[in-house]
Amino acid sequence: MEREELKSIVESLLFVADGPQSLQRLGEVLDGVDRQNLQGILTELQQEYENQSRGIRLVEVAGGYQLRTAKANADWVKKFLGGRPARMGKATLETLAIVAYRQPITKAEVEAIRGVDVDGVITTLLERNLIRAVARKDVPGRPFLYGTTPEFLQLFNLKDLSHLPTLKEMDEISLPEIPGEALSTDYLEEN
Amino acid sequence: MSTKVQLEIFEGPLDLLLHLIKKNEVSITDIPIATITEQYLATLDLMQTLSLDVAGEFLVMAATLIHIKSRMLLPVGDDEVDEEEGVDPREELVRRLLEYQRYKDAAAELDQRELLTRDVFARAPAPVAEAGPREFREISVFELLGALKRVIDRLPKDIVHEVTLEKITMREKMTLLLDRLRAQSRVVFESLFAEVKSRMEIVVTFLAMLELVKVRAIRIFQDEPGGEIVIEAAAGMEEALERVVFDEAGEKQDGA
Repeated sequence: MEREELKSIVESLLFVADGPQSLQRLGEVLDGVDRQNLQGILTELQQEYENQSRGIRLVEVAGGYQLRTAKANADWVKKFLGGRPARMGKATLETLAIVAYRQPITKAEVEAIRGVDVDGVITTLLERNLIRAVARKDVPGRPFLYGTTPEFLQLFNLKDLSHLPTLKEMDEISLPEIPGEALSTDYLEEN
Repeated sequence: MSTKVQLEIFEGPLDLLLHLIKKNEVSITDIPIATITEQYLATLDLMQTLSLDVAGEFLVMAATLIHIKSRMLLPVGDDEVDEEEGVDPREELVRRLLEYQRYKDAAAELDQRELLTRDVFARAPAPVAEAGPREFREISVFELLGALKRVIDRLPKDIVHEVTLEKITMREKMTLLLDRLRAQSRVVFESLFAEVKSRMEIVVTFLAMLELVKVRAIRIFQDEPGGEIVIEAAAGMEEALERVVFDEAGEKQDGA
């Protein structure tokens, strides 16, 4: 197979693929093509999309490769697709971050960090398939230990968990500014 | 009025404390515990006045704060400095606050990535929905309470004492708000209270709004930090309303 021909085939496969496709899966279909060759072709494709300012990007995400739209076109794509998908609230996002960085972790351990009950949020995250029970902790009650799913990696455009943004060191943490208006009227001053 | 709204409070006691620390512009590692405790308790009071369901965690934290405050008042005798009493009583709390802020930061950083179905899209149906116009931010309960306080403050102070039987029901207020949203899709928070005459009416209007948030019929946003608070019909407003038995809206509903 010619290199250009192979590249064309790989592009077609990625186009019809449902979700990110691993090198291994692509290799299985294109029997006889070695991994390194395939890797090179994917990198080339990736650069071509980038360099030609196309509306599509080839991204490496969740242990595989996937075609995604260019970020610059987000508003148009959204308009085209219509509808307004559910939004992820602060509680959901914070809980998800704790599970992501501390996995495997029990619900009680998440609650200890957030200082509030996270029952509802954990259920939502499980329903959305962003976290899953990975094991049970060997303590009384044998609570579930939760971890993130490949869907989590897909959602946040992460190759794998090692690509999570680095957590700040404790002495690097500073409190963000409070927006002015929310501050100006102090509801606590009443009486 | 036996109205009780179980507001789903996303922020817990730690979030409230961080808010107070930021607002007072004090250092997280050197919290003026008396001031912060006082303000913390005042906020709980306000929440209770509004019949918001103050979760147990808030009360536990209140007890913790008072305990720390009392320990700070005790003189530390030289002979008493054992391992437990010798450390700053605030230490454990500070550690928890920093730890929590750390994950809040991490969450914010995750939110800035190229999110699937928000910033980028794939061919296959996305596993998770996420979005809404990005220029909007969700507002916190505290900001809402602040806005409510502003509305209450605008009431004329010298109201002539007049005994009237006020018949304002949450149902009425909910219906009113929904009608407005059907007509104009977004309503500015403050405009809800434009023709409101009494404190009671403000509170009922506010509670009606919270109730509609709870059943996911409406959403509350801010265009920018400190900007106008805007109320919008949620995507599934009519469906959400179908699930709610309106006549009972003023009463506590279990399992809603």
